[in-house]
Amino acid sequence: MMHADQLPRLLSGAPGVPRSLAEHEAAFSVHSQVPSPLDELEVSGLNGRGGAGFPTARKARLLRAQPGHHKVVVINAMEGEPASHKDASLLATNPHLVLEGAEVLASIISARRVIVAVARNNTAVIAHVTRAVRERERHGRRGPSVDVETPPWRYVAGEESALVHWLNDHKSLPQYRPQRPSVLDVAGHAVLVENAETCAHVALIGRYGAPWYRGLGTDLSPGSTLVSLTGAVERPAVIEVALGTPLRTVLALGGADPNPQALLFGGYGGTWIPGHDLELLYDNESLAPYGASVGAGVLCVLGRSGCGVQETERVVKWMANESARQCGPCAFGLPALGSDLGELSVGSRDAKVALERLAERCGVIVGRGACHHPDGVVRLVRSSLRVFQEDFAAHARGDVCDGSLSRRHFLSVPRLEHEEELVWQ
Amino acid sequence: MAIKRRSGALILRVDPVLCDGFGHCHELAPDLVTMDEWGYPIIVQDPSALVDPARAKSARLAVRGCPRQALHLERLNESSARQ
Repeated sequence: MMHADQLPRLLSGAPGVPRSLAEHEAAFSVHSQVPSPLDELEVSGLNGRGGAGFPTARKARLLRAQPGHHKVVVINAMEGEPASHKDASLLATNPHLVLEGAEVLASIISARRVIVAVARNNTAVIAHVTRAVRERERHGRRGPSVDVETPPWRYVAGEESALVHWLNDHKSLPQYRPQRPSVLDVAGHAVLVENAETCAHVALIGRYGAPWYRGLGTDLSPGSTLVSLTGAVERPAVIEVALGTPLRTVLALGGADPNPQALLFGGYGGTWIPGHDLELLYDNESLAPYGASVGAGVLCVLGRSGCGVQETERVVKWMANESARQCGPCAFGLPALGSDLGELSVGSRDAKVALERLAERCGVIVGRGACHHPDGVVRLVRSSLRVFQEDFAAHARGDVCDGSLSRRHFLSVPRLEHEEELVWQ
Repeated sequence: MAIKRRSGALILRVDPVLCDGFGHCHELAPDLVTMDEWGYPIIVQDPSALVDPARAKSARLAVRGCPRQALHLERLNESSARQ
Protein backbone atom coordinates (compact mmCIF):
# COMPACT_ATOMS: atom_id res chain seq x y z
CA MET A 1 0.00 0.00 0.00
CA MET A 2 1.28 3.39 -0.97
CA HIS A 3 0.96 6.19 1.60
CA ALA A 4 -1.28 9.08 0.63
CA ASP A 5 1.42 11.69 1.15
CA GLN A 6 4.09 9.72 -0.69
CA LEU A 7 5.70 11.22 -3.78
CA PRO A 8 6.24 10.18 -6.48
CA ARG A 9 3.06 8.27 -7.06
CA LEU A 10 2.97 7.77 -10.82
CA LEU A 11 6.72 7.84 -11.32
CA SER A 12 7.59 5.53 -8.43
CA GLY A 13 10.09 2.89 -9.49
CA ALA A 14 13.23 3.11 -11.58
CA PRO A 15 12.91 5.77 -14.30
CA GLY A 16 13.04 4.30 -17.77
CA VAL A 17 12.81 0.72 -16.50
CA PRO A 18 9.21 -0.38 -17.05
CA ARG A 19 7.76 -2.37 -14.20
CA SER A 20 6.57 -5.85 -15.06
CA LEU A 21 3.04 -6.88 -14.14
CA ALA A 22 4.31 -8.72 -11.04
CA GLU A 23 6.35 -5.71 -9.94
CA HIS A 24 3.36 -3.49 -10.61
CA GLU A 25 1.09 -5.60 -8.42
CA ALA A 26 3.70 -5.66 -5.66
CA ALA A 27 4.34 -1.92 -5.78
CA PHE A 28 0.67 -0.94 -5.82
CA SER A 29 -0.63 -3.72 -3.60
CA VAL A 30 -4.13 -3.28 -2.30
CA HIS A 31 -6.41 -5.14 0.09
CA SER A 32 -9.70 -4.50 -1.66
CA GLN A 33 -10.72 -2.60 -4.78
CA VAL A 34 -13.05 0.35 -4.31
CA PRO A 35 -16.74 -0.64 -4.73
CA SER A 36 -17.73 2.07 -7.23
CA PRO A 37 -14.86 3.56 -9.24
CA LEU A 38 -17.12 6.19 -10.83
CA ASP A 39 -18.22 7.57 -7.45
CA GLU A 40 -14.61 7.59 -6.29
CA LEU A 41 -13.61 9.47 -9.44
CA GLU A 42 -16.32 12.02 -8.75
CA VAL A 43 -15.19 12.58 -5.15
CA SER A 44 -11.50 12.55 -6.10
CA GLY A 45 -11.96 15.70 -8.20
CA LEU A 46 -9.57 14.36 -10.83
CA ASN A 47 -9.29 16.58 -13.91
CA GLY A 48 -7.93 15.46 -17.28
CA ARG A 49 -4.20 15.96 -17.74
CA GLY A 50 -4.14 16.33 -21.51
CA GLY A 51 -4.46 20.11 -21.43
CA ALA A 52 -8.15 20.98 -21.24
CA GLY A 53 -8.54 19.86 -17.62
CA PHE A 54 -12.09 18.56 -18.03
CA PRO A 55 -13.41 16.67 -14.97
CA THR A 56 -12.75 12.99 -15.62
CA ALA A 57 -15.86 11.77 -13.81
CA ARG A 58 -18.13 14.06 -15.83
CA LYS A 59 -16.66 12.84 -19.11
CA ALA A 60 -17.00 9.23 -17.97
CA ARG A 61 -20.68 9.81 -17.07
CA LEU A 62 -21.33 11.35 -20.48
CA LEU A 63 -19.88 8.27 -22.18
CA ARG A 64 -21.59 5.87 -19.80
CA ALA A 65 -24.93 7.35 -20.86
CA GLN A 66 -24.18 6.61 -24.53
CA PRO A 67 -25.87 3.55 -26.01
CA GLY A 68 -23.91 0.69 -27.56
CA HIS A 69 -22.08 -2.46 -26.57
CA HIS A 70 -18.82 -1.76 -28.38
CA LYS A 71 -17.69 1.51 -26.87
CA VAL A 72 -13.99 2.34 -26.95
CA VAL A 73 -11.51 3.89 -24.52
CA VAL A 74 -8.55 5.63 -26.16
CA ILE A 75 -5.41 6.28 -24.13
CA ASN A 76 -3.95 9.44 -25.60
CA ALA A 77 -0.17 9.28 -25.31
CA MET A 78 0.46 11.30 -28.48
CA GLU A 79 2.29 14.04 -26.60
CA GLY A 80 2.37 16.58 -29.43
CA GLU A 81 3.91 19.31 -27.29
CA PRO A 82 7.63 19.41 -28.20
CA ALA A 83 8.52 20.29 -24.58
CA SER A 84 6.36 17.57 -23.04
CA HIS A 85 7.83 14.21 -22.07
CA LYS A 86 5.56 13.21 -19.22
CA ASP A 87 3.52 10.52 -20.97
CA ALA A 88 6.68 8.92 -22.35
CA SER A 89 8.30 8.94 -18.89
CA LEU A 90 5.18 7.50 -17.31
CA LEU A 91 4.86 4.70 -19.87
CA ALA A 92 8.57 3.94 -19.55
CA THR A 93 8.17 3.51 -15.79
CA ASN A 94 4.66 2.30 -14.97
CA PRO A 95 2.98 1.16 -18.21
CA HIS A 96 0.62 -1.15 -16.32
CA LEU A 97 -0.73 1.73 -14.28
CA VAL A 98 -1.85 3.46 -17.49
CA LEU A 99 -3.35 0.29 -18.99
CA GLU A 100 -5.11 -0.54 -15.74
CA GLY A 101 -6.63 2.95 -15.56
CA ALA A 102 -8.02 2.53 -19.06
CA GLU A 103 -9.51 -0.81 -18.03
CA VAL A 104 -11.19 0.86 -15.05
CA LEU A 105 -12.64 3.51 -17.37
CA ALA A 106 -13.71 0.78 -19.81
CA SER A 107 -15.61 -1.00 -17.04
CA ILE A 108 -17.26 2.27 -15.98
CA ILE A 109 -18.58 3.09 -19.46
CA SER A 110 -18.86 -0.60 -20.43
CA ALA A 111 -16.39 -0.42 -23.29
CA ARG A 112 -15.10 -3.56 -24.99
CA ARG A 113 -11.97 -2.12 -26.47
CA VAL A 114 -8.98 -0.04 -25.42
CA ILE A 115 -6.70 1.69 -27.92
CA VAL A 116 -3.33 3.10 -26.88
CA ALA A 117 -2.26 5.89 -29.24
CA VAL A 118 1.48 6.61 -29.26
CA ALA A 119 3.18 8.80 -31.85
CA ARG A 120 4.98 6.77 -34.51
CA ASN A 121 8.44 8.23 -33.89
CA ASN A 122 8.31 7.35 -30.21
CA THR A 123 9.62 3.82 -30.79
CA ALA A 124 10.87 3.23 -27.24
CA VAL A 125 7.46 3.98 -25.78
CA ILE A 126 5.72 1.84 -28.40
CA ALA A 127 7.98 -1.05 -27.36
CA HIS A 128 7.24 -0.57 -23.64
CA VAL A 129 3.49 -0.40 -24.23
CA THR A 130 3.43 -3.37 -26.59
CA ARG A 131 5.41 -5.46 -24.12
CA ALA A 132 3.05 -4.52 -21.27
CA VAL A 133 -0.03 -5.33 -23.37
CA ARG A 134 1.40 -8.77 -24.33
CA GLU A 135 2.24 -9.43 -20.69
CA ARG A 136 -1.33 -8.72 -19.60
CA GLU A 137 -2.63 -11.03 -22.34
CA ARG A 138 -0.25 -13.82 -21.25
CA HIS A 139 -1.50 -13.54 -17.70
CA GLY A 140 -5.02 -14.08 -18.98
CA ARG A 141 -6.39 -10.75 -17.80
CA ARG A 142 -10.10 -10.52 -18.42
CA GLY A 143 -11.46 -7.29 -19.71
CA PRO A 144 -11.34 -5.22 -22.88
CA SER A 145 -9.05 -6.03 -25.81
CA VAL A 146 -6.09 -3.67 -26.05
CA ASP A 147 -4.51 -2.45 -29.30
CA VAL A 148 -1.61 -0.10 -29.90
CA GLU A 149 -2.01 2.46 -32.69
CA THR A 150 0.74 4.72 -33.99
CA PRO A 151 -0.39 7.92 -35.74
CA PRO A 152 2.25 10.32 -37.07
CA TRP A 153 3.71 12.84 -34.64
CA ARG A 154 2.17 16.23 -35.34
CA TYR A 155 1.29 18.98 -32.90
CA VAL A 156 -2.44 18.68 -33.58
CA ALA A 157 -2.46 14.89 -34.05
CA GLY A 158 -3.13 14.42 -30.33
CA GLU A 159 -6.12 16.74 -30.41
CA GLU A 160 -9.08 14.55 -29.55
CA SER A 161 -10.97 14.89 -32.83
CA ALA A 162 -7.80 14.61 -34.94
CA LEU A 163 -6.81 11.45 -33.10
CA VAL A 164 -10.23 9.90 -33.58
CA HIS A 165 -10.16 10.98 -37.23
CA TRP A 166 -6.88 9.13 -37.64
CA LEU A 167 -8.27 6.00 -35.97
CA ASN A 168 -11.17 6.07 -38.43
CA ASP A 169 -9.54 7.29 -41.65
CA HIS A 170 -5.80 7.47 -41.03
CA LYS A 171 -5.80 11.26 -41.31
CA SER A 172 -4.60 13.29 -38.34
CA LEU A 173 -6.84 16.26 -39.10
CA PRO A 174 -9.04 17.94 -36.49
CA GLN A 175 -12.77 17.84 -37.14
CA TYR A 176 -15.26 20.69 -36.92
CA ARG A 177 -17.57 20.15 -33.95
CA PRO A 178 -20.08 22.96 -33.52
CA GLN A 179 -21.76 21.26 -30.57
CA ARG A 180 -19.71 20.74 -27.44
CA PRO A 181 -19.25 18.65 -25.45
CA SER A 182 -19.71 16.22 -28.29
CA VAL A 183 -19.29 12.46 -28.35
CA LEU A 184 -16.86 11.20 -30.96
CA ASP A 185 -16.98 7.71 -32.41
CA VAL A 186 -14.64 5.08 -33.81
CA ALA A 187 -16.42 3.12 -36.55
CA GLY A 188 -19.76 4.19 -35.08
CA HIS A 189 -18.90 3.30 -31.48
CA ALA A 190 -18.79 6.05 -28.87
CA VAL A 191 -15.27 6.76 -27.70
CA LEU A 192 -13.78 8.12 -24.48
CA VAL A 193 -10.39 9.74 -25.04
CA GLU A 194 -8.24 10.21 -21.95
CA ASN A 195 -4.66 11.31 -21.57
CA ALA A 196 -2.19 8.63 -20.40
CA GLU A 197 -1.45 10.43 -17.13
CA THR A 198 -5.17 10.76 -16.40
CA CYS A 199 -5.53 6.98 -16.85
CA ALA A 200 -2.71 6.33 -14.38
CA HIS A 201 -4.43 8.50 -11.77
CA VAL A 202 -7.69 6.63 -12.43
CA ALA A 203 -5.91 3.34 -11.72
CA LEU A 204 -4.61 4.60 -8.37
CA ILE A 205 -8.02 6.00 -7.42
CA GLY A 206 -9.50 2.62 -8.35
CA ARG A 207 -7.04 0.93 -5.99
CA TYR A 208 -6.81 3.35 -3.07
CA GLY A 209 -9.92 5.52 -3.33
CA ALA A 210 -10.68 9.23 -3.44
CA PRO A 211 -9.59 10.22 0.12
CA TRP A 212 -6.17 8.74 -0.62
CA TYR A 213 -5.95 10.70 -3.88
CA ARG A 214 -6.89 13.91 -2.07
CA GLY A 215 -4.11 13.30 0.46
CA LEU A 216 -1.91 15.50 -1.76
CA GLY A 217 -2.69 18.80 -3.44
CA THR A 218 -5.23 21.49 -2.59
CA ASP A 219 -8.97 21.35 -2.07
CA LEU A 220 -9.74 22.65 -5.57
CA SER A 221 -6.76 20.98 -7.27
CA PRO A 222 -6.26 17.69 -5.48
CA GLY A 223 -3.63 15.07 -6.18
CA SER A 224 -0.22 15.04 -7.80
CA THR A 225 0.73 15.94 -11.35
CA LEU A 226 3.55 15.42 -13.81
CA VAL A 227 5.55 18.43 -14.95
CA SER A 228 7.88 18.53 -17.96
CA LEU A 229 10.41 21.12 -16.90
CA THR A 230 12.62 22.56 -19.66
CA GLY A 231 14.43 25.73 -20.68
CA ALA A 232 16.88 27.40 -18.29
CA VAL A 233 17.14 24.19 -16.33
CA GLU A 234 20.16 22.17 -15.27
CA ARG A 235 18.44 18.86 -15.85
CA PRO A 236 15.43 19.02 -18.13
CA ALA A 237 13.24 16.42 -16.50
CA VAL A 238 9.79 15.14 -15.80
CA ILE A 239 9.00 15.58 -12.13
CA GLU A 240 5.95 14.71 -10.10
CA VAL A 241 4.72 17.33 -7.66
CA ALA A 242 1.64 17.85 -5.53
CA LEU A 243 -0.69 20.40 -7.12
CA GLY A 244 -0.41 23.62 -5.14
CA THR A 245 3.38 23.36 -4.72
CA PRO A 246 5.09 26.79 -4.74
CA LEU A 247 6.72 27.53 -8.11
CA ARG A 248 10.03 28.13 -6.35
CA THR A 249 9.99 24.53 -5.11
CA VAL A 250 8.97 23.15 -8.51
CA LEU A 251 11.83 25.01 -10.19
CA ALA A 252 14.33 23.92 -7.53
CA LEU A 253 13.36 20.26 -8.02
CA GLY A 254 14.52 20.46 -11.63
CA GLY A 255 17.56 22.60 -10.89
CA ALA A 256 16.05 25.52 -12.78
CA ASP A 257 17.33 29.10 -12.83
CA PRO A 258 16.12 30.48 -9.44
CA ASN A 259 15.81 33.96 -10.93
CA PRO A 260 14.10 33.45 -14.30
CA GLN A 261 12.95 36.17 -16.67
CA ALA A 262 9.63 34.50 -17.41
CA LEU A 263 7.84 31.16 -17.30
CA LEU A 264 5.76 29.54 -20.01
CA PHE A 265 2.90 27.42 -18.73
CA GLY A 266 0.80 24.87 -20.56
CA GLY A 267 2.97 24.33 -23.62
CA TYR A 268 3.46 26.08 -26.95
CA GLY A 269 -0.16 27.15 -27.06
CA GLY A 270 0.17 28.32 -23.48
CA THR A 271 0.74 31.46 -21.45
CA TRP A 272 3.81 33.43 -20.43
CA ILE A 273 3.91 34.80 -16.91
CA PRO A 274 6.60 37.08 -15.48
CA GLY A 275 9.36 35.31 -13.55
CA HIS A 276 9.26 37.38 -10.38
CA ASP A 277 6.27 35.83 -8.58
CA LEU A 278 7.73 32.49 -7.54
CA GLU A 279 5.63 32.26 -4.36
CA LEU A 280 2.73 31.51 -6.70
CA LEU A 281 1.37 27.98 -6.37
CA TYR A 282 1.43 25.46 -9.20
CA ASP A 283 -2.32 24.96 -9.72
CA ASN A 284 -5.01 26.39 -11.99
CA GLU A 285 -6.60 28.58 -9.30
CA SER A 286 -3.33 30.36 -8.57
CA LEU A 287 -2.36 30.74 -12.23
CA ALA A 288 -5.79 31.99 -13.33
CA PRO A 289 -5.11 35.70 -12.53
CA TYR A 290 -2.32 35.50 -15.14
CA GLY A 291 -4.66 33.84 -17.61
CA ALA A 292 -2.53 30.70 -17.35
CA SER A 293 -3.27 27.10 -16.46
CA VAL A 294 -1.11 24.05 -15.87
CA GLY A 295 -2.49 22.59 -19.13
CA ALA A 296 -0.62 19.42 -20.06
CA GLY A 297 2.07 20.11 -17.47
CA VAL A 298 4.67 21.83 -19.61
CA LEU A 299 6.75 24.44 -17.79
CA CYS A 300 9.45 26.25 -19.78
CA VAL A 301 11.87 28.54 -18.00
CA LEU A 302 13.21 31.61 -19.83
CA GLY A 303 16.56 32.72 -18.45
CA ARG A 304 17.58 36.36 -17.99
CA SER A 305 19.84 36.23 -21.04
CA GLY A 306 17.02 35.25 -23.40
CA CYS A 307 14.68 37.39 -25.49
CA GLY A 308 10.96 36.83 -25.02
CA VAL A 309 10.16 38.37 -28.41
CA GLN A 310 12.48 36.04 -30.25
CA GLU A 311 11.43 32.93 -28.30
CA THR A 312 7.79 33.69 -29.05
CA GLU A 313 8.63 34.22 -32.73
CA ARG A 314 10.36 30.84 -32.97
CA VAL A 315 7.49 29.01 -31.28
CA VAL A 316 4.78 30.79 -33.31
CA LYS A 317 6.54 30.09 -36.61
CA TRP A 318 6.76 26.41 -35.74
CA MET A 319 3.16 26.30 -34.55
CA ALA A 320 2.06 28.01 -37.79
CA ASN A 321 3.83 25.30 -39.74
CA GLU A 322 2.02 22.66 -37.68
CA SER A 323 -1.38 24.02 -38.72
CA ALA A 324 -3.36 21.33 -40.53
CA ARG A 325 -4.17 24.07 -43.09
CA GLN A 326 -7.85 23.17 -43.11
CA CYS A 327 -9.19 26.50 -41.86
CA GLY A 328 -8.30 29.81 -43.54
CA PRO A 329 -7.87 31.88 -40.37
CA CYS A 330 -5.35 29.33 -39.05
CA ALA A 331 -3.60 28.48 -42.33
CA PHE A 332 -3.06 32.17 -43.24
CA GLY A 333 -3.40 33.87 -39.86
CA LEU A 334 -0.71 32.00 -37.95
CA PRO A 335 2.03 32.58 -40.55
CA ALA A 336 0.97 36.26 -40.53
CA LEU A 337 1.51 36.39 -36.76
CA GLY A 338 4.86 34.69 -37.28
CA SER A 339 5.99 37.26 -39.84
CA ASP A 340 4.89 40.17 -37.62
CA LEU A 341 6.93 38.66 -34.80
CA GLY A 342 9.81 38.23 -37.24
CA GLU A 343 9.80 41.96 -38.05
CA LEU A 344 9.74 42.76 -34.34
CA SER A 345 12.38 40.23 -33.45
CA VAL A 346 15.00 41.85 -35.70
CA GLY A 347 13.66 45.37 -35.11
CA SER A 348 13.12 46.07 -38.80
CA ARG A 349 11.75 49.26 -40.34
CA ASP A 350 8.26 47.76 -40.27
CA ALA A 351 8.47 46.69 -36.64
CA LYS A 352 6.30 49.50 -35.30
CA VAL A 353 3.50 48.72 -37.75
CA ALA A 354 3.95 45.02 -37.06
CA LEU A 355 3.38 45.53 -33.34
CA GLU A 356 0.01 47.21 -33.91
CA ARG A 357 -0.97 44.67 -36.54
CA LEU A 358 -0.01 41.76 -34.29
CA ALA A 359 -2.54 42.63 -31.58
CA GLU A 360 -5.18 43.32 -34.22
CA ARG A 361 -4.61 40.03 -36.02
CA CYS A 362 -4.85 38.11 -32.75
CA GLY A 363 -8.38 39.45 -32.33
CA VAL A 364 -9.30 38.46 -35.89
CA ILE A 365 -7.97 34.89 -35.68
CA VAL A 366 -9.15 33.76 -32.26
CA GLY A 367 -12.05 31.30 -32.14
CA ARG A 368 -12.27 30.78 -35.90
CA GLY A 369 -10.65 27.38 -36.34
CA ALA A 370 -12.22 23.92 -36.22
CA CYS A 371 -9.95 23.10 -33.29
CA HIS A 372 -8.26 25.31 -30.70
CA HIS A 373 -4.84 25.32 -32.37
CA PRO A 374 -5.09 28.97 -33.51
CA ASP A 375 -6.56 29.98 -30.13
CA GLY A 376 -3.51 28.53 -28.36
CA VAL A 377 -1.15 30.52 -30.58
CA VAL A 378 -3.15 33.70 -29.97
CA ARG A 379 -3.02 33.03 -26.21
CA LEU A 380 0.77 32.68 -26.42
CA VAL A 381 1.19 35.88 -28.47
CA ARG A 382 -1.15 37.93 -26.28
CA SER A 383 0.59 36.79 -23.10
CA SER A 384 3.97 37.62 -24.65
CA LEU A 385 2.68 41.13 -25.43
CA ARG A 386 1.81 41.55 -21.73
CA VAL A 387 4.87 39.96 -20.16
CA PHE A 388 7.48 41.32 -22.58
CA GLN A 389 5.73 44.65 -23.10
CA GLU A 390 8.89 46.72 -22.64
CA ASP A 391 10.94 44.44 -24.89
CA PHE A 392 8.30 44.67 -27.62
CA ALA A 393 8.30 48.47 -27.34
CA ALA A 394 12.10 48.53 -27.61
CA HIS A 395 12.15 46.14 -30.56
CA ALA A 396 9.47 48.24 -32.28
CA ARG A 397 11.80 51.24 -32.02
CA GLY A 398 14.54 49.17 -33.62
CA ASP A 399 16.27 48.97 -30.26
CA VAL A 400 16.97 45.23 -30.26
CA CYS A 401 17.95 43.68 -26.92
CA ASP A 402 21.19 41.79 -26.27
CA GLY A 403 19.26 38.57 -25.71
CA SER A 404 18.01 38.50 -29.28
CA LEU A 405 21.42 39.44 -30.73
CA SER A 406 23.13 36.61 -28.85
CA ARG A 407 20.52 34.23 -30.27
CA ARG A 408 20.68 32.26 -27.03
CA HIS A 409 17.58 30.07 -27.08
CA PHE A 410 15.88 28.42 -24.13
CA LEU A 411 12.87 26.83 -25.79
CA SER A 412 13.47 23.80 -27.93
CA VAL A 413 11.66 24.07 -31.24
CA PRO A 414 11.80 21.21 -33.75
CA ARG A 415 13.10 21.79 -37.25
CA LEU A 416 10.62 23.55 -39.53
CA GLU A 417 9.53 20.91 -42.00
CA HIS A 418 8.68 21.86 -45.54
CA GLU A 419 4.96 21.73 -46.24
CA GLU A 420 5.43 18.68 -48.50
CA GLU A 421 7.36 16.83 -45.80
CA LEU A 422 4.54 17.06 -43.29
CA VAL A 423 2.98 13.64 -42.79
CA TRP A 424 -0.68 13.52 -41.77
CA GLN A 425 -1.42 9.89 -42.59
CA MET B 1 -51.55 18.41 -36.00
CA ALA B 2 -49.76 20.62 -33.55
CA ILE B 3 -46.63 22.33 -34.76
CA LYS B 4 -44.03 22.53 -32.08
CA ARG B 5 -42.63 26.02 -32.02
CA ARG B 6 -38.92 25.99 -31.45
CA SER B 7 -37.54 28.66 -29.20
CA GLY B 8 -34.12 30.24 -29.07
CA ALA B 9 -32.40 32.79 -31.28
CA LEU B 10 -30.85 31.85 -34.61
CA ILE B 11 -27.22 32.36 -35.39
CA LEU B 12 -25.27 32.01 -38.62
CA ARG B 13 -22.27 29.71 -38.42
CA VAL B 14 -19.52 28.67 -40.79
CA ASP B 15 -17.76 25.33 -40.92
CA PRO B 16 -14.15 26.59 -41.18
CA VAL B 17 -12.94 23.31 -42.67
CA LEU B 18 -15.39 23.44 -45.58
CA CYS B 19 -15.01 27.18 -46.15
CA ASP B 20 -12.63 28.07 -48.97
CA GLY B 21 -13.17 31.81 -48.83
CA PHE B 22 -15.27 32.24 -51.98
CA GLY B 23 -16.82 35.31 -50.37
CA HIS B 24 -20.39 34.83 -51.62
CA CYS B 25 -21.71 35.12 -48.06
CA HIS B 26 -20.26 38.58 -47.71
CA GLU B 27 -21.92 39.62 -50.98
CA LEU B 28 -25.28 38.16 -49.97
CA ALA B 29 -25.31 39.21 -46.31
CA PRO B 30 -22.95 42.16 -45.91
CA ASP B 31 -24.57 43.14 -42.59
CA LEU B 32 -23.84 39.74 -41.10
CA VAL B 33 -20.57 38.73 -42.70
CA THR B 34 -17.37 40.73 -43.03
CA MET B 35 -14.09 39.53 -44.48
CA ASP B 36 -10.71 39.17 -42.89
CA GLU B 37 -7.56 40.19 -44.80
CA TRP B 38 -7.27 36.69 -46.28
CA GLY B 39 -10.83 36.65 -47.61
CA TYR B 40 -12.39 34.38 -45.00
CA PRO B 41 -15.70 35.30 -43.42
CA ILE B 42 -16.07 36.83 -39.98
CA ILE B 43 -19.64 36.34 -38.84
CA VAL B 44 -21.45 38.71 -36.51
CA GLN B 45 -21.71 36.80 -33.25
CA ASP B 46 -24.63 38.76 -31.84
CA PRO B 47 -27.72 36.48 -31.88
CA SER B 48 -30.06 39.49 -31.97
CA ALA B 49 -28.71 40.32 -35.45
CA LEU B 50 -31.05 37.76 -37.01
CA VAL B 51 -34.22 39.05 -35.31
CA ASP B 52 -34.63 41.56 -38.13
CA PRO B 53 -36.56 39.69 -40.90
CA ALA B 54 -34.58 41.32 -43.69
CA ARG B 55 -31.33 40.15 -42.17
CA ALA B 56 -32.72 36.72 -41.47
CA LYS B 57 -33.60 36.52 -45.15
CA SER B 58 -30.12 37.56 -46.22
CA ALA B 59 -28.70 34.94 -43.86
CA ARG B 60 -30.77 32.25 -45.57
CA LEU B 61 -29.61 33.52 -48.95
CA ALA B 62 -26.02 33.28 -47.77
CA VAL B 63 -26.56 29.72 -46.56
CA ARG B 64 -28.04 28.75 -49.92
CA GLY B 65 -25.50 30.72 -51.92
CA CYS B 66 -22.36 29.18 -50.44
CA PRO B 67 -20.63 27.09 -53.14
CA ARG B 68 -19.01 24.95 -50.45
CA GLN B 69 -22.20 24.65 -48.38
CA ALA B 70 -20.13 25.74 -45.41
CA LEU B 71 -22.78 27.94 -43.80
CA HIS B 72 -25.65 26.89 -41.62
CA LEU B 73 -28.19 28.48 -39.33
CA GLU B 74 -28.11 27.21 -35.81
CA ARG B 75 -30.67 27.65 -33.09
CA LEU B 76 -29.08 28.76 -29.88
CA ASN B 77 -30.13 26.86 -26.81
CA GLU B 78 -28.32 25.52 -23.81
CA SER B 79 -27.10 22.33 -25.41
CA SER B 80 -25.54 24.03 -28.40
CA ALA B 81 -23.87 26.87 -26.53
CA ARG B 82 -20.23 26.83 -27.54
CA GLN B 83 -17.80 26.15 -24.78
